Amino acid sequence: MLHLILFLAFGAVCVAGAVNLLVQRHPINSALSLVVVMGALAGEYLLLGAEFLGAIQVIVYAGAIMVLFVFVIMLLNAGEEERTKGSRVALLFGVPGMLAGSLLIAWVLLHSDMGSVEVGALLGSPKAIARLLFHDFLLPFEVTSVLVLIAIMGAVVLAARSEVAQPKQEKEN
Amino acid sequence: MNITIFIIASLIKTVLSLFLLLTAVAYSVWLERKIIGHMQNRWGPTRVGPFGLLQPLADGVKFIFKEDLTPPHVYKSLYIAAPMISLVCALTSIALVPVGNNVPIGGMSIPLQITDVNIGLLVVLGITSLGVYGVALSGWSSNSKYSLLGGLRASAQMVSYEIALGLSLVGVLIMSGSLSLREIVDAQSGVFWGFIPRWNIFHGQIFAFFIYLVAAYAETNRVPFDLPEAETELVAGYHTEYSSMKFAMFFMAEYANMITVACIATLLFLGGWHGPVFGPPILQAILPVLWFVAKVFVFIFVYIWVRGTLPRFRYDQLMRFGWRVLLPLAIANIVVTALVVAWGA
Repeated sequence: MLHLILFLAFGAVCVAGAVNLLVQRHPINSALSLVVVMGALAGEYLLLGAEFLGAIQVIVYAGAIMVLFVFVIMLLNAGEEERTKGSRVALLFGVPGMLAGSLLIAWVLLHSDMGSVEVGALLGSPKAIARLLFHDFLLPFEVTSVLVLIAIMGAVVLAARSEVAQPKQEKEN
Repeated sequence: MNITIFIIASLIKTVLSLFLLLTAVAYSVWLERKIIGHMQNRWGPTRVGPFGLLQPLADGVKFIFKEDLTPPHVYKSLYIAAPMISLVCALTSIALVPVGNNVPIGGMSIPLQITDVNIGLLVVLGITSLGVYGVALSGWSSNSKYSLLGGLRASAQMVSYEIALGLSLVGVLIMSGSLSLREIVDAQSGVFWGFIPRWNIFHGQIFAFFIYLVAAYAETNRVPFDLPEAETELVAGYHTEYSSMKFAMFFMAEYANMITVACIATLLFLGGWHGPVFGPPILQAILPVLWFVAKVFVFIFVYIWVRGTLPRFRYDQLMRFGWRVLLPLAIANIVVTALVVAWGA
């Protein structure tokens, strides 16, 4: 019973944060709403029994990645979003379409025969996750690290190239 | 024990630990002013009360009565929220810190810790990561160039040194085999060679201790890594535009972070509450707490000592040090510890 209440509470916070992200005009408010969504997801992970994943969600996602998002928004100095006049087509087709889509998804989910997970059923201790990551799935883990390394190297090369390009333009001027 | 006693005990422990933490924050400010004063060949506060011991009280009254000015050009919602985020994240970690053995009170054994989460260390690191938002948002929302630069520098520094901080603790985790703070301390009980206590600092993690020390100084924005709040560089960095109670919240958050970091270092490297214990049961319950407080005091004294001694890093030197020196050293420590533990097993 308490678990159902907690699940609904975290879920409500998550959905509210997500809706707030879309509704807010200033990007910094949207970014902070996303942090709230991450926190609520970490709560859901804890309810499932994946405590390590919940802690890592907070440390890595909410505490490092979203900080970088906030940096970008702060440095770009993006102002508030301009409101356009609105579109009647969007209102006429969009709102019923969205309602129909969500009703369809809800019907499919309720009538499909997925199993149910008990609260705390997953083996989420650090030891279990370590065994999965470093023993059973070692090759995908290492390949993912190489993939992330390639992305970092690409970002460094792109940033360095734009620094090199600028002095040449200044010389031409 | 049943649920009501658990709730009552938890409430009492929460109130007590919050009160003690805030008192410790106030008196660590007094301690810093006295020690820095004596290192600079002057008295610290001496007027208010004996040895200036009531100075924190006077400071508190000053902060309360000062005008709480909100400049018109700030982004109000985040301007007001940022010091709260900082302070909440600084005060929350004390809930996971155990200060002593289980205390038998009236037939029940009450642990001297508010919650014993089995991923306690990760929760503390997560709360520290969230504290970066207070700094970054305060710098941006103040809408001033000094604040923005100070906030960006401070949060970039904190994020960079968090990595070295976390990795320096992995060596201890390899040796203890658990993330729960109480179990990490229990793994350091006993002595080897007859008289050297099995604290992790003597048991092979001395390099990790110094990496942790340096990363902790950078994480809490203290000298020699306090460029983001240096007066000569950035006026006051990210808390330039703050006055009175909001500034006091940042101030308290900084010292509370210091104390939290000192508590974690004590638990992971200095053996927690282990020390000579003797006497009647009441003394056996209190002495571990005193040993814990003494070790935390030593750590904070080193913090203040370093502040009085070293000049500050330039920002590029700071970032280079964090990424190109401290991070490889922490990783090397993990590799060596893992090899030694695997070879010994």
